[in-house]
Amino acid sequence: MDGFRIPVGQWARAAVDWIKANLDGLLDVVTFVVRWLVDTLSDILVATPIPVVIVVAALLGWLVRSWQLGVGTLVTFVLIVGMDMWVSAMQTLALVLVATIVAVLIAVPLGIWSARNATVRAILKPVLDFMQTMPAFVYLIPAIVFFGIGVVPGLVATVIFALPPGVRLTELGIRSVDPETVEAGHAFGATPGQILRGIQLPLATPTIMAGVNQVIMLALSMAVIAGITGADGLGKDVVEAISTVNLAKGIEAGLGVVIIAVYLDRVTAALGNPGAYPSSLLGILARRRNAHRAERAEAAAAASAGPTAASAAALASASAGSADTE
Amino acid sequence: MTTTAAIAVEHLYKVFGRNPKDAVRRLKAGQTRAEVSDAGTAAVIDAGFTVQPGEIFVIMGLSGSGKSTIIRMLNGLQEATAGTITVEGDPITGISAGRLREVRRDRISMVFQHFALLPHRTVAANVAYPLELRGVGKTERLARAEEILALVGLEGWGDKLPSELSGGMQQRVGIARALAADTEILLMDEAFSALDPLIRREMQEQLVELQRTLRKTIVFITHDLNEAMFLGDRIAVMRDGRIVQIGTPEDILTDPANDYVEQFVQDVDRARVLTAANVMERPRPVVTDAAGPRTALRQMRDAYTSAAYVVDRDRTLLGIVSDRDAVRLVRKGETSLRSVIAPAPQTVDENDVLMNLFVPAVESPVPLAVTDAAGRLVGVIPRVTLLAALGPGPTSTEEIPLPPQPVPTTVIDQVLAENADPTPGADSATDAEVVR
Repeated sequence: MDGFRIPVGQWARAAVDWIKANLDGLLDVVTFVVRWLVDTLSDILVATPIPVVIVVAALLGWLVRSWQLGVGTLVTFVLIVGMDMWVSAMQTLALVLVATIVAVLIAVPLGIWSARNATVRAILKPVLDFMQTMPAFVYLIPAIVFFGIGVVPGLVATVIFALPPGVRLTELGIRSVDPETVEAGHAFGATPGQILRGIQLPLATPTIMAGVNQVIMLALSMAVIAGITGADGLGKDVVEAISTVNLAKGIEAGLGVVIIAVYLDRVTAALGNPGAYPSSLLGILARRRNAHRAERAEAAAAASAGPTAASAAALASASAGSADTE
Repeated sequence: MTTTAAIAVEHLYKVFGRNPKDAVRRLKAGQTRAEVSDAGTAAVIDAGFTVQPGEIFVIMGLSGSGKSTIIRMLNGLQEATAGTITVEGDPITGISAGRLREVRRDRISMVFQHFALLPHRTVAANVAYPLELRGVGKTERLARAEEILALVGLEGWGDKLPSELSGGMQQRVGIARALAADTEILLMDEAFSALDPLIRREMQEQLVELQRTLRKTIVFITHDLNEAMFLGDRIAVMRDGRIVQIGTPEDILTDPANDYVEQFVQDVDRARVLTAANVMERPRPVVTDAAGPRTALRQMRDAYTSAAYVVDRDRTLLGIVSDRDAVRLVRKGETSLRSVIAPAPQTVDENDVLMNLFVPAVESPVPLAVTDAAGRLVGVIPRVTLLAALGPGPTSTEEIPLPPQPVPTTVIDQVLAENADPTPGADSATDAEVVR
């Protein structure tokens, strides 16, 4: 087998070189937009007074899930400040949020498309498998070639890595909507667009949100790896800690990632399934509003029942009064 | 018939599988369903029927007989492989998707087996859904939804979510949604099959009630023969993709086209399907009020009954006259029956099902009188006929010969006296024993 060598790597490099040479303008635009988004968001997060960010995050936790999550957020975020990881944590948060938004914007339409079209599904499946199983570090190499050092290649690699569960769960969600319900839409003459917006998407929302949750988790794990490309944040701290074998710093940066991950996971999981958290602020408000409405409806019913009801009530109170005197 | 059929289906085929066109060609050439199975699964083979406006047309068959496929072709949810379907004169096979959507919006609505309500919308919003698709404004369509909910007995439930309702109520919402579409044609796909038997019965009765006022054209799919018989003006029985018989419930019950249908109808609850008109016999004894007591007595003697029905010249039932009264009149020498006509003890309408005839039949001393809507006597039902009608087999509704009349007691006494035992004491002793 001497001399037998299939130069797959060479081909890939040739392809990357070709893209770099011919699509440079496009790459520059992407670089500019992504850098601007991440920088702006992280600047805002860092510039905002720390107590404000913490309180807002805690309130958000309470709003969608429970007061326990609010308190937990308060304590753990204070811990981040205490470990002197705040700025890094906010930079990571900004990177993850932007990556998630980009990934979701790509994943959900792709998922919808592949749910409705068998050909698209057949093509997309191996591509998604490839994206998910390829070691994440490998993405970083072409990303650096295309976008240089910094936050952009990290974000691009993160998006590619985090995309597949978003696509898969969107497709699953739409395909698992009760076919009879979709048939009902057809039977009453709904257009495909009306069926998508009015039936499929609303009913697939919990599954799609589970996909978004997965996207965020993967984005966070990848954002740490993105530290290698020089993106600022907790990832960079972890990489530094590894290269200097600094256990203390590594633990602190790692803990920061864990705290942010748990927070984002709990919040997005609750967003996908609002009914499951009755003790959330939103749930309490909705219940109060319903109770109020029911009360009003009852009052209206009593009013329309009119004098008979009123006299019956008067009679009841009168007899109660006489019972008292006896 | 001059009126356009609501739905007309001709030579309809549906084949699922690799080569549907080839399968249809071979089926047309006379091959069986099994022989073309290599080209595809034939779900519907050469179906043809027409549904008249305002009738309930039931398609009945076991699962896999192709009935659900047929109903889905009627509104284009499944595309026909071959054949034509016309709705109110317009073809719906081979038309564009946009045109098909218009037909579904404006002409045909559907009720589903598992309700197929939208779980994230309130009951009222579900009912208003067809109107929403048609672009009706929000306040108007919700007001209309409330009206229709009241029609199906669900007023005040509009704000609830479908999951908060019982199965029967959910299906009422499904029916309300189909009614909200305000189409002439309603397709009901096993609409009551997922409900408990008691609720199912209630829903069937409610549907019949609604239909009495709304007069929609309804195509109803079911695997339950009793349901088919109860609801259907006409029934198509399907087997293995083919329609084996189309007819009224009585046709199917009394004149099954083949062994399959006959086996099928064995289990049917005949008491709920057959009506008085199906089993009644020529009325006798009957006399007109102008006839005299002698005629009446003669009639009663011939029919072995103790009373006769009296009708006027239009055959309107006036009442009965008993043999005792007639005898008295003859003795008195009167020539008119009018003075002794008593009101008929029990009469039933010719459309009453047998189920409702038992109690009147028990309470009536004479064969039960059957009258039509105008009160005319159209037939009578002796108890024995009523019993015989419940038995299986097509012969059951034919006229039953009256049982032999018991020998008159005077004859018996005479015979006993003639063959009297030489020892009368012993004889009287046995008599006494019998009496005791």
